[in-house]
Amino acid sequence: MHIPFTKFTLTNGLEVLVHEDHSLPIVSVNTWYHVGSGDEEPKRTGFAHLFEHIMFMGSQHVPTGDFDMLLEGAGANNNGSTTVDRTNYYEDGPASALELMLWLDADRMGFLLPEMTSEKLELQRGVVMNERRQSYENRPYGLANEILVDRLYPAGHPYSWPTIGSMADIAAASLDDVTNFFRRYYTPNNATLVVAGDVEPAEVQRLVERYFGDIPRGPAVARPTVPAVHLAADITHTLEDQVQLPRLYQSWHTVKAFSPDDAALEAVAGIMAGGKSSRLYQRLVYQMEIATQVAAYEDGGRLDGRFVLFATAKPGYTLAEIEAVLDEEMHELADAGPTQRELDRFRNAMEAHFIEVLESLGGMSGRADQLNHYNYFVGNPDFIVQDFDRYKRLTPADVQRVAKTYLTTAHRVALSIVPNGKPELAVSQGRN
Amino acid sequence: MPAQTPLDRSRPPVLRAAPKPALPKLQSQTLPNGLVLDVVEMHKAPIVDVTVVLRAGSTRDPDELPGLATFVAGMLDEGAGSRSAPEISEEIDYLGAELSGAAGIEIAQVHLHALKSTIHEALDVAADVALRPTFPDSEIARQRELRRTHLLQLRDQPTAIAPQAFSAVLYGEAHPYGRAASGTDASTELLTRANVSAFYSRYYRPSNARILVVGDMTLAEARALVEPRFGSWPDSAVPPLENTAPPAPMPRAIYIVDKPDAAQSVIRIGNVGVPRGTPDYFAIQVMNTMLGGSFTSRLNQNLRETHGFTYGVNSGFEMRRLAGPFRATASVGTDVTDRAVVEFMRELKAIRDSAPDEAEVAKMRQLLALGLPGDFETSASAGQRFMDVLINDLPHDTWDRYVDGINAVTPADVQRVARNYIDPDHFVVVVVGDRKAIEPGLKALGLGPVHVRDLWGDEVQP
Repeated sequence: MHIPFTKFTLTNGLEVLVHEDHSLPIVSVNTWYHVGSGDEEPKRTGFAHLFEHIMFMGSQHVPTGDFDMLLEGAGANNNGSTTVDRTNYYEDGPASALELMLWLDADRMGFLLPEMTSEKLELQRGVVMNERRQSYENRPYGLANEILVDRLYPAGHPYSWPTIGSMADIAAASLDDVTNFFRRYYTPNNATLVVAGDVEPAEVQRLVERYFGDIPRGPAVARPTVPAVHLAADITHTLEDQVQLPRLYQSWHTVKAFSPDDAALEAVAGIMAGGKSSRLYQRLVYQMEIATQVAAYEDGGRLDGRFVLFATAKPGYTLAEIEAVLDEEMHELADAGPTQRELDRFRNAMEAHFIEVLESLGGMSGRADQLNHYNYFVGNPDFIVQDFDRYKRLTPADVQRVAKTYLTTAHRVALSIVPNGKPELAVSQGRN
Repeated sequence: MPAQTPLDRSRPPVLRAAPKPALPKLQSQTLPNGLVLDVVEMHKAPIVDVTVVLRAGSTRDPDELPGLATFVAGMLDEGAGSRSAPEISEEIDYLGAELSGAAGIEIAQVHLHALKSTIHEALDVAADVALRPTFPDSEIARQRELRRTHLLQLRDQPTAIAPQAFSAVLYGEAHPYGRAASGTDASTELLTRANVSAFYSRYYRPSNARILVVGDMTLAEARALVEPRFGSWPDSAVPPLENTAPPAPMPRAIYIVDKPDAAQSVIRIGNVGVPRGTPDYFAIQVMNTMLGGSFTSRLNQNLRETHGFTYGVNSGFEMRRLAGPFRATASVGTDVTDRAVVEFMRELKAIRDSAPDEAEVAKMRQLLALGLPGDFETSASAGQRFMDVLINDLPHDTWDRYVDGINAVTPADVQRVARNYIDPDHFVVVVVGDRKAIEPGLKALGLGPVHVRDLWGDEVQP
């Protein structure tokens, strides 16, 4: 388990990682800009993501529309995504398209502003508003995350708004915002470029120097820092919405990505709600038949982490009935820990996951993106073995301890989403 | 460090010739009991996918029991051999594997995804699931109850309502493609152990099945893995598939499924398309990629990149054993629903009315031909490509001939297949959205009568 790479850095600060794999004649170029929605200004939520859309609209030497036209014409596909911490872009395609990919990426890194227009902004503003409608507003329970982060984090905390942003803020974004954001964050010294696949490292270095070498270094980038945050009391919130069945979300503050307790919290999520053999699926869905679905995840970021658990009630059951079982099972784990077999099961699933990561080169989660991911979070691109070791080292006592420390003895947010006109299905304030 | 030759950024670099990929090969052997074993060797990662494929999809549903095939497939791992449902999931999860039973329109499959190190133990469980399901009454009742709930939750999902209503209206209930593959509220009540067992006994037979092994296995290893577990699966005659004719085309009409106060309308427009065996396969691929099968397609450029009506559009021909639907679809802002339908109609007519430029066709040929190797990167994605070959009885070298087939498509071919297979006068136009906000605008378009339907495609009394 290994992702070999070589590394060089241009004088303008652009960090470049090269990973060779000649098994198929394909290449993936993956760029991380170290900026996400957590870097946004007040009243400009969603801007990092809106800006990501603008990055596909052409640059000084690439007329609007040509970015995608040229790549598709070369047999390549591309996309990007934005999180609270970072923005990534990739192009995947035949190895013959490498130079085209680098030319395009260099042009939008070095020459985006000369051809920037209000028309491009307006157009992508409309697209992003429809993305928000499609993926959040017109989707059942689609507003849950926005409410959860708003309640979990204090006002102004970088993680207290969703990456998509609010409609009002998306509407307010201006051309000046585009210019300022680009100059501040879209600089070679704030990016890492991965070139992976059927490539020769010397050739990659020659091409990267040619296309990126004369892009000027930008100012040093200061990222937000925040003190650790804790909830002083439980928070309960109810949303009535167009849904058939009530769903309860619980969320807690946990730890940053890759910090010591992060892996154990993932194990809690897996043991409690990962698949049909998990404790909560067995209790709520299989034995009691009072829920249709249960899920949990640990979401560690650069600045903070959170644990999220949710369950959807079956018709005829209230979220208070669901909550009682969630609490009972979580306390059981915190009091007695998991069995060794449960922990082995989780670890085996992680091993399969890591091997699958190695199977693909490109896309949103292949080896090219993994190199950037590890480089960004732990400063070591080939961290996959150490990453897996974090899970292999876990003991039942670790899992028990983090369940107690971060979940059962800490305050949390409880969000009930219930059908319109049925507030009685929600959980009420206060708990024992 | 300055580059050695002056850099001219004003032109894109000249592309090198694209490499010609060597794709993995499909190898087949027949076991003594008639079961065909298909193997695709891919040794990059220690992963093996084993799929038991059966012609037991929802086209096999009895007329009065839509949803039976998908229910049977979902029941397979709810008790099999000596294991209970929880024991099966626990064992598979412990092995770090994934196991599922599922059915689609044409086929059912038991799919196992595992590391090579645990494939033997995992396939023991999977073989029980495929060959020795026990269908306990208690699990039938539990799964029936979960299905009731899922049908209830379907009402929350406009992107799931649209294809359901569209198929029902387009094909009608007399055609297997018009029936609800996931069942209806009424048919769910009729699901019993007796009809589950009867369906299973009739269709889950080796002569109606194939086993596809993709991944880190040689042909000999795969045979040694599969034969002991599936070689004595008893056969019996399986009824032939029916060749139901497509329904006669109806005059174009709009069908609204009301979703009060929805933030968007889900539009789905189309007609009966072609079977997978069509001789126009390559021309249709190129034409559809140009129309709505890529980011730079005409529909996406128009509705997303020119008008900002939507986050994305796509179109596609669902090629099945019989002629499946052609459809173009998008979620659009409620207030631009009628304008979006106008732009859909404009592009769907334009691709018929004139032949495209050679440059536009060339770009789409490149995208399809050069994009092919990426689909053979993982065992899962390669498996999907080969599954298409197996379930449609295509030649083993189908993907080796793909690039040449795509590269032979001309602008005249594109226009010809657009005219033959896209039929604007007989479009079914389904719009799932806020009726009170969108109905006046849709009526004013004059495209045809505007009906109101429910998610099953049935009429709603005003």
